[in-house]
Amino acid sequence: MTAAPFFEASGLCKSFFGVQVLHGMGFTLRPGQVLGLVGENGSGKSTTMNILGGVLPMDAGRMTLDGADYHPRGPREAEARGIAFIHQELNLFRNLSVAENLFITGFPKRIKGLPFIDRGRVAARTQELLKAVDLDIAPNTPVSRLSQGERQLVEIAKALGANARIMIFDEPTTSLTTRETDRLFDIIGRLQRQGIAIIYISHILGDVMRLCDDIVVLRDGHKVGQAARADMTIEKMITLMVGRTIDQMFPPREPPVTLGAPVLEVRGLNQRGMVKDIGFTLRAGEVLGISGLMGAGRSELARILFGMDPHESGDIRIGGTQVRELSPAACMDHGMAFLTEDRRAEGLMMEASIADNIALASLPKFGRSWAGFIERTRLGDEVQRISGAVRINARDIQRTLVKNLSGGNQQKAVIGKWLLHEPRVFILDEPTRGIDVGAKYEVYKIINQLAADGAGVLFISSEIEELTGMCDRIMVMAQGEIRAEFPRAGFDREAILRAAMWHGMKETA
Amino acid sequence: MSSTQSITPGSAAEATRPQRSFAVRLLMSEYLVLVLTAIYFLVMWALVPSIATADTLLDILAAMMPLLVVAIGQTFVLIVAGIDLAAPSILAAASVAGASMMTGEGGFALFTGVPIGVGILAFVGVGLLIGLLNGVCVTRLGMPPFIVTLTTMMFFSGFALFYTSALTDDGSSFGDLPSAFVAIGQGTWHGVPYSLALAGAVMLVAHLTLSRTVFGSWLYAIGRNPRAAAISGVPVRRAVLWAFVISGLCGGIASIIYTGRLETGTPVLGQRILLDIVGSAVIGGVSLFGGKGRVTWTLYGVLFLSVVDKGLQLLGLDLASVFAIKGLVILSAAVLDAVRHRLTLRG
Repeated sequence: MTAAPFFEASGLCKSFFGVQVLHGMGFTLRPGQVLGLVGENGSGKSTTMNILGGVLPMDAGRMTLDGADYHPRGPREAEARGIAFIHQELNLFRNLSVAENLFITGFPKRIKGLPFIDRGRVAARTQELLKAVDLDIAPNTPVSRLSQGERQLVEIAKALGANARIMIFDEPTTSLTTRETDRLFDIIGRLQRQGIAIIYISHILGDVMRLCDDIVVLRDGHKVGQAARADMTIEKMITLMVGRTIDQMFPPREPPVTLGAPVLEVRGLNQRGMVKDIGFTLRAGEVLGISGLMGAGRSELARILFGMDPHESGDIRIGGTQVRELSPAACMDHGMAFLTEDRRAEGLMMEASIADNIALASLPKFGRSWAGFIERTRLGDEVQRISGAVRINARDIQRTLVKNLSGGNQQKAVIGKWLLHEPRVFILDEPTRGIDVGAKYEVYKIINQLAADGAGVLFISSEIEELTGMCDRIMVMAQGEIRAEFPRAGFDREAILRAAMWHGMKETA
Repeated sequence: MSSTQSITPGSAAEATRPQRSFAVRLLMSEYLVLVLTAIYFLVMWALVPSIATADTLLDILAAMMPLLVVAIGQTFVLIVAGIDLAAPSILAAASVAGASMMTGEGGFALFTGVPIGVGILAFVGVGLLIGLLNGVCVTRLGMPPFIVTLTTMMFFSGFALFYTSALTDDGSSFGDLPSAFVAIGQGTWHGVPYSLALAGAVMLVAHLTLSRTVFGSWLYAIGRNPRAAAISGVPVRRAVLWAFVISGLCGGIASIIYTGRLETGTPVLGQRILLDIVGSAVIGGVSLFGGKGRVTWTLYGVLFLSVVDKGLQLLGLDLASVFAIKGLVILSAAVLDAVRHRLTLRG
C-alpha cells in the first residue's frame, strides 16, 4: 500500500525577528501514512506545523496538495483544505456540549439563510462522528464532564467532521492514562486505514517507534534525519536530536551508602476517594519514586502532603516535627517544597520575569524591618546565583518573561524558585513532563545534586524508565493505596507496571 | 510544544527592540499618558488661554488630590485582580459619619473637646470598616469582588442618605464644620495646599509598599497567578483582605479632603466619580486583569482626567456633554490598552 504522496513540502524557511528558526524543512505524505516528527523543544516542529496549519506564513519554500500549490492564508483555509490540528492544549469549549463543539464553526440550519439550528441533524451527525472514534457518550454531554482522553477523541471527531485528510497530533498522550493512550493508538490506526495521513509529534520516542511508518528528526530548524521505522532506533533518534551521543539517559548517581534521618514520615493518611492508609518514610539523601497510573492517587497524595487539599486522618512529620495544620505556608516553614504537575497554572506567573518567579516563594526571607522592605541587592544576587545553578538559558533574568521561555527553561525556573527556599523535602510531580531530552537530563542532574546535599526527594512520574533510572526506591500506587515497594536492586519494569495495573484489571474483569 | 515558536520571538525581541519606530515606542511607553496630557493641554491653551493661569493650575491640582488618594486605594485592589466599586459609598458614608461628629449643629463629639480628632477617626474608621467588610466577603466567603462591592456600595450609599435625613434638619447635609478641619481641604502653607501634602504622603507610602515590600510583591503575584502564589506560600486571602482594607482607608482619607473642600458632610459625595476612580487607574496603565500597575501610573491617569475635566469646564460645556466626552476618553484609553497589550504579545 504505497500510494503516491498527495502532499509535499520542500525548502520551508521561517524567521522571527531576523533569527532563522527553520532551514529548508521538507517532507512528503502519502494517504494512510503516519509520519513521526521528533526533536527537542525549539527545534522547529511547531513552526513547521503552524506553517502547514496556516497559522504562520512561510518565508520561503513550497507546499503542494494534490499537485496544486498550497499556501494557506489562515487556519480557516487550512481547515477547508483538509488539514486538522489536534492541539496539545485542547481547543474545546468546556462549557458547551460535545455536539455544539463539533459544529461550532457551522451549525446545520433548518432553513438555509435563517439562524435556526437543526438540532436533530446536529445530534444525528454527532452520534455518527462519535461512533467513528469509539466514544459512547450522548451528544449533549458537556465537554467539562469528559476526561482528557475523551476530549481528545472529540477533537478527532471534529476533524473527521471537517473531512480532514491530514491530522496533526502534537504531544497527544501527555495527559492520557495508559488505557486512553492505547485507545488513541487504535483510533489512529483506524484513521490510517481510512487513508488519512497523520503527523505525530511526541517526546515519547517509544510511542513514535510503535506508531510511525517514517520518522523525521529536527534539530535547530534543520532536518537532520529521516528514515523508515525499520531503519530507526530510539538511540539513533536521540543522537540525531541532541547532535551528540547521550550514552545514558540518566546522569550517573551514587546511591547513598547510609541514608540520613527521616525528613518526611507519613502514617495512616486517609482521605475518602483520594488516598487510603498511606504510610512511608523518606530519608535525607534519598530519592523515593512514586509510580502508578493516572488517577492512582499520586498527585492527590502530593497535594495533601503540601496542605493544598484536606485529609481526614493521618500523622505527618516533616523533619521530625509533627505538622498538624497543613498548609503550603506551614509545609514551607518546615522545609518542604512542591513542584506541581501543572507548571503553567500552578507553578509560574507567566507574565512575570524569571527573577520575579524565582523570588516568589522566598520573599519573606529577604524582608527587613517591620514593614518588610525587600533587600533588593541580596535578593537579586541570590536569584542570579540560583538561575545559574539550574542553568536557565536567558539573556536577562530580570527582564525576560517566563512565557517566552521553552518548557525546559520554564521548569528550571520553577525548580529554581524552590531551590532558593532551600528545601529539605522536595516533592516533584511529573517534573519532566513536556520538556525535551536535554532539559530532562539537566533536571535529573539537579535532583541528584539535591539528594547529594541531603534533601529527601519524592519523585512522582508516569514514566517508569525515569523512575528506575533516578530513584533509590519506588513505591507503586493504585486506587489511592501503596500497592508495592521496590528497592533499587529489585527494579523490574514489568513488575512495577503489573503492581500499578493489577487492581484496575481485577475490577474490569 | 507551543514554546517552539515562542522562545525565538522572545529572545529575538530584545535584539530588535531598539529598531522599533518612535511611534511604537511612544505607544508602549508608560509615559504615554503624560504625553497625551501635554498635547491636550496645549490644544486647550489655544482654545481657552485661561487654562494656563496659575489659579487654574492650582485649581486642577487641588481637585486632583482627593481623587488621587481614592484611586491609589483602588490600584491596590486592581493589582490583585479585584475591583472596589464601593469606593464612592465609602466617601459618602465617611463624610456624613465624620461630619456628624464635628458639626457645630449638635455634633456627637462636641462634648469631648476634640471633635476634630474624633471626626477624623470616624472618617478613617468608616473607611476601614467598609473595606474590611468587602475584604471579608471576598476572601472568607469566596464572593466575586464585583458583586460584593456593588452591593456594599448600594447599602452604604443608601445608609448615608438615611443617616443624614434622620439626623439633620434639612435632611441633606452636615454643615458648620470646624474651620481647622475645613483647612485640611482648602488651606495652604506658603501657597502649597495641605491636601497636596496629605495626598503626597499617601502616595509615597503606597508607592514604597507596592514596589519595595514583601507585601507589595505578594499583591502582584496574586494578580498574576493566585494559584501559583498560594502554592508558593503567599497568604493570598490575608493579602487580598488587606488590599480591600487599604482601599477603604484611602477612601476615608480622600473623604476628609473632599469634605473639607465642600465644608459639609454630604451623602451624595462621590456619587458620580466611580468611573473617574477606576478610569484614572486604567488610563494610567493599571490592568483590570491584575498583576500590573504602579502608583505613579495612577497619578498620571488622575492628572490626565483632571486636566480633561478642567478643560471641558473652561470650554463652557454642560455637564451632560462633559460626561459623554469623558466616557469617550476613558473608552479610548481602554482601546489603547488593548492595542498595547497586543504589541506586547508580539514581543
